Amino acid sequence: MDFTFTEEQLMIRDTAEAFLAEVSTSAAVRAAMATELGYDAELWQKICDEMFWQAIHIPEEYGGMGLGYVELVAMLEQMGRYLLCSPFYSTVCLGVNSLLIAGTPEQKAEYLPRIIEGATATLAYTGSNGRWDAEAVTATYVRSGDEYVLNGSWRYVPDGHSAQLLVVAAREEGSSGTSGITLFIVPADSQGITREWLPTMDQTRKQAQIVMADAVMAPESVMNEPGNAWQLLERIIGLATVAVAAEQVGGAQQALDITVAYTQERVQFGRVIAGYQAIKHKAADMMVKVEAGRSAAYYAACVADETLRGGSLASELGDAASVAKAWCSDAFFFNAGCGIQLHGGVGFTWEYDIQLYFKRAKSSETFLGTGAWHRDSIAASLLD
Amino acid sequence: MKLSFSAEDEQFRGEIATWLEQNLCGEFEQLRGRGGPGDEHMYPDERKAWERKLAEGGWTCIGWPQEYGGRGASIEQQVVFHEEYARAGGPGRMGHIGEGLTGPTLIAFGSEEQKQRFLPGILAGTEFWCQGYSEPSAGSDLANVKTKAHFDETAGQWLINGQKVWTSNAHESEYCFVIARTDPESVGHKGLGFFLLAMDQPGIDVRPIEQLTGTSEFNEVFFDDAHCSAQDIVGAPGEGWKVAMGLLGFERGVSTLGQQMLFQNELDEIIRVAKLNGAATDPVIRQRIADAHVGLRIMRFNSMRTLSGGGDDGTLQKEAMIYKLYWSTWHRNLGKLAMDVLGPESEVLEAGPYELNRLQSMYLFTRADTIYGGTNQIQRNIIAERALGMPREPRG
Repeated sequence: MDFTFTEEQLMIRDTAEAFLAEVSTSAAVRAAMATELGYDAELWQKICDEMFWQAIHIPEEYGGMGLGYVELVAMLEQMGRYLLCSPFYSTVCLGVNSLLIAGTPEQKAEYLPRIIEGATATLAYTGSNGRWDAEAVTATYVRSGDEYVLNGSWRYVPDGHSAQLLVVAAREEGSSGTSGITLFIVPADSQGITREWLPTMDQTRKQAQIVMADAVMAPESVMNEPGNAWQLLERIIGLATVAVAAEQVGGAQQALDITVAYTQERVQFGRVIAGYQAIKHKAADMMVKVEAGRSAAYYAACVADETLRGGSLASELGDAASVAKAWCSDAFFFNAGCGIQLHGGVGFTWEYDIQLYFKRAKSSETFLGTGAWHRDSIAASLLD
Repeated sequence: MKLSFSAEDEQFRGEIATWLEQNLCGEFEQLRGRGGPGDEHMYPDERKAWERKLAEGGWTCIGWPQEYGGRGASIEQQVVFHEEYARAGGPGRMGHIGEGLTGPTLIAFGSEEQKQRFLPGILAGTEFWCQGYSEPSAGSDLANVKTKAHFDETAGQWLINGQKVWTSNAHESEYCFVIARTDPESVGHKGLGFFLLAMDQPGIDVRPIEQLTGTSEFNEVFFDDAHCSAQDIVGAPGEGWKVAMGLLGFERGVSTLGQQMLFQNELDEIIRVAKLNGAATDPVIRQRIADAHVGLRIMRFNSMRTLSGGGDDGTLQKEAMIYKLYWSTWHRNLGKLAMDVLGPESEVLEAGPYELNRLQSMYLFTRADTIYGGTNQIQRNIIAERALGMPREPRG
């Protein structure tokens, strides 16, 4: 048993950390988040050309690096820590995972190399009912010959207004629950698709609404197991959930670090406030949250890795993803909330970065299910 | 990252599982699941006999080096041992202080003569130890020891005077290790000695403490000119703190996965009750049961990180530092959850005058978890100061 990063994984993490410390500064984040696109397109191209991050877990046969989910998680943790504004999450953790899990050989061969070249992608499956399971899929399709005609809308789609490729989930008209679901992959500028940016409280990750009105999908757009894709979509969601948890660990760590640093400088009653037990004990609780979250996210990363590459842990994906997301969501929110409190008045300003983490904590807590949502799903497996 | 145990470790697992299956039966059957925290007062004689049985099979002190009679078992093998022991329902170990604390301390700091005299009894499961650290005025402030050790030149031995408290199984032990002040003028962690005392002597008086559970696992131990021979001090006079702190470092977390198996049994029992009495349909209870599951899974992942050598930068093991605060808080919440799942039945005892059932006993005992071995408040100080580099508390 060796539950630690290998030398290579450490190197990947450290390289990511060093790069992000340089390019994803507070000023850079604030500049990117103020735009509708939400990221610096030049920086994204640089990441794709020089760092090759978008290719990290794409198999070598498609031109990728062929690394695993643990490596991906090691990088995501750093991206969460530095609040990197980029289409990485949507493209890699939603788009690439969708292709790896549900893509046909032809779709993988067509789209994975395009993503490696810098094309962006995302996944749209949720309507507006606030659910994150199969019930979330509300857009419908009817078959017309060997084509599919889609109608409906999707909300809360990460980078949905800017992604070049869309993976969308829709259900056969009249179906319900886990049945009748089909996944499609289409260029975002296809006929019948309108996309609208949704301005969000957390400006560091953009969301969009996508509407389809009689959008016609050619047979080659249909991904694996048409009409029966929920089991694949569930796995894609599980992988995406693990990825959010990893980002949350990084965010929770940074919220702790900048808060401790601030309390080491701030003097009241003639000494730094870090010396007061009321502050120390809160900081200690924050560290417990983030270290436990790190253990959960790393374990979930191992499970996700075996989900993609085979192995006995694959069967644990649902539980491991829910355990990690439930804990890390609450941990990040706790740390960011305590962070504002321990900053005192300046924590309430636009200027100090803790507010950015507080907002990301809430948006990432909600996305793919809050702690309560995941505990509900765990409770169902334990008690029903 | 590699999450499975090696083939050799799995073979070792089979070996201990088979041995337990073949030996934890007959007269020992009644000991299954007994004698753990909150239940340590039960079956002391039978559990001592079980220790001798374990020793016959070579299953005591497996982590000790072979030259001292152990197996030199790896960390992984020790983890596997604790897991299988817990899985089989092995009783609370009467010998755990000797095996886990006295032995490693003597191996690291003891004289040859001390090793030869004391290690064999621990190995054989025939001599039991208790720990004399805490005192009425030395709780969280452990270095504030008032117990004194005076060397009587004429008799050529140490005389110990003072009082220890919270001493588990003092009345069942042959020996006690005691930190006492060798320099009467000293304060704090300077001027202490680490002594090995025979319990069966007129100068030692053991009085049980009646706990809020109505049972007594802990004792007060009074020393009134208790004797300790000149050769039974470990290290030099004045080095007691170093020896005592070295001893704390021997806890490598090998028993944590075994401990978690006991926790899992408790959670399973709560789930069983909740399904039976309908509490499982209460949405708040459902959230709390799921939360307990989340917490316990993460406790395991955290232990796996610690056991793998911890800090991913190879230095500070932050995940090891959170362990006590984490598990004790989790367990205390579990105790309350158990009572809330039981509902009004949680009040009704197994029998009068004060016989608790297993969940009631667990519930009450978890109130000690967040206090002994460093309170949650002390743990937070330690984390803030050592892991986060925040200023140290002023010390008097």
